[in-house]
Amino acid sequence: MSYARLVLANLGRNKRRTVLTVLSVAVAFFLFATLRSVVTALDAVAEVGSESRLVVTHASGITFLLPQSHAPRLAAVDGVDGVTWANWFGGVYIDTRNFFAQFAIDAESYLPMYPEILVPEDQLQAFMAERTAALVGSGLMERFGWQLGQTITLQGTYLPGDWEFTIRAVYTPDDPSFGDEMFHFHYDYLYERSNRQMSPGWFVLQLDDPDAAARLSQEVDALFENSTAPTKTETERAFQTSFVTMWGNVGALVQAIGTAVFFAILFVAANTMMMAARERIGEVAVMKTLGFQDRALFGIVLAEAVGICLVGGAVGLALARATLGSARLIQSILPGFTIGIDTVTTGIGLAALLGVLTGLIPALQASRLSVVEALRRVA
Amino acid sequence: MALVEIRELTKGYYRDSQRIPVLEGVDLTVERGQFLALMGPSGSGKTTLLNVLAGLDSPESGSVTVDGEDITAMASKKLAAWRARHIGFVFQFYNLLPVLSAFQNVELPLLLTNLSKKERKEHVLTALGVVGLAERADHFPGQLSGGEQQRVGIARAVVSDPTIILADEPTGDLDAGSAEEILTLLERLNREFGKTIVMVTHDARAAERAQVVVHLDKGVLTV
Repeated sequence: MSYARLVLANLGRNKRRTVLTVLSVAVAFFLFATLRSVVTALDAVAEVGSESRLVVTHASGITFLLPQSHAPRLAAVDGVDGVTWANWFGGVYIDTRNFFAQFAIDAESYLPMYPEILVPEDQLQAFMAERTAALVGSGLMERFGWQLGQTITLQGTYLPGDWEFTIRAVYTPDDPSFGDEMFHFHYDYLYERSNRQMSPGWFVLQLDDPDAAARLSQEVDALFENSTAPTKTETERAFQTSFVTMWGNVGALVQAIGTAVFFAILFVAANTMMMAARERIGEVAVMKTLGFQDRALFGIVLAEAVGICLVGGAVGLALARATLGSARLIQSILPGFTIGIDTVTTGIGLAALLGVLTGLIPALQASRLSVVEALRRVA
Repeated sequence: MALVEIRELTKGYYRDSQRIPVLEGVDLTVERGQFLALMGPSGSGKTTLLNVLAGLDSPESGSVTVDGEDITAMASKKLAAWRARHIGFVFQFYNLLPVLSAFQNVELPLLLTNLSKKERKEHVLTALGVVGLAERADHFPGQLSGGEQQRVGIARAVVSDPTIILADEPTGDLDAGSAEEILTLLERLNREFGKTIVMVTHDARAAERAQVVVHLDKGVLTV
């Protein structure tokens, strides 16, 4: 027998309690891995936005459209290398649960501005040649089992009716965090089917010099300040960040929830460890009588707590990685969402910390126990 | 030759600010290889004296010398190491660890030594053999009778070959038959293996097995 065997034997004393404690810690770390990965993915989404592209939206918000007539005036601004525009299309594919991002783009000007979108040349030509063609991310193709050349129907929401598209091109992003579940189609198709009522939701400007972004943003907004459609211009990165934070300060909220869960589990686990230690006061006294040093008993009790938390943490993190690491549903909302190795290593570190914190008090109690008092109580 | 020398030992407990005397100037000598029974009514201070002798409790004044070492002057860390080397303790309620087998319970004190796994196994099987439980080595305390558990407790007390065995009411929780077996075993350890034993008991029949019987009453020792 070794000290490790002694620790294991103690953990097996009340199997149901040990299993329940491990499970509660596992649930906490499953949640930790999920929440932390959400924060990481949100940060990554913001990072995807380029600093050399400006996004121009209506000053009153993204739901307000901008007139097409802004395009040539934007192109004329000194320092702007290119202009494109796009619109959001909130179509439904069979069921509202099948959510994915759909954009009507002016492909001719849009795609050259987004080198992140990699499309085979022959497919690109096929897409450009057909008014109802769609350019679809490889992840979305896989998610719905679509094939190149397949015709799919989306139900319009703010523009009702069935909208048919033929998949002519599949893109892969140059960086996973860009997302591979987007659906692009031609802006002209949207414009014509809306009886020429639609206009761009936003413009994207390609800059010669990223350092001029702040100055150009002010210039652009000044240009339309007194028009019927004043603008708000910011870098694409800032736009993405503000888009993400439209839900409020998600990162802070998620971290607050994570912290609350951590402390809740800390108290639950600490209470369990203290109960387990209290039941063994007599045994600790016996071991001290046999000659075990205070620090050895401190170590044994602490090792039990750390062991439970590490096993629970590992189970929770492994479950999160196995079930959520490649979950398409989450990745369609948060491109780049994954339970990364850094989350797992941080989780293991936190589990060890949790073990130390929960085991500290019972370990101190065990090491400071008065043998005579304890033996009198159990006699 | 004296193995244990207790001189002018005084010990009291405090309830609020009131001192309750337990041991009053106790003098006791235990010879090497002696089997001594310490008798007395409940609350007479027997267990307190045994605890002081084991280095589990400290006296207010006086000295306790075991094999030439004054243990009252030792710090708790050194005392724990001393206890592991010199004291084998037998409890009234056996106090075996329920999650460990008989073998593992007996092996427990040997974790504090430098013995190899193989050597520890030899020692444990020898000790279990002495108490007649070698074939029950894999059984857990819950699978053993009270008498068997106490025999495992005795095996645990002798496995590290301590200088002295201290037994606190070792038959107090046993039926007559089992108590007889335990007393015979202790007697055998004393006669065949030369173990020095100090046994606390309030049972006169148990005390008859000892070579020397001393009485403790209201903290005062009489032979």
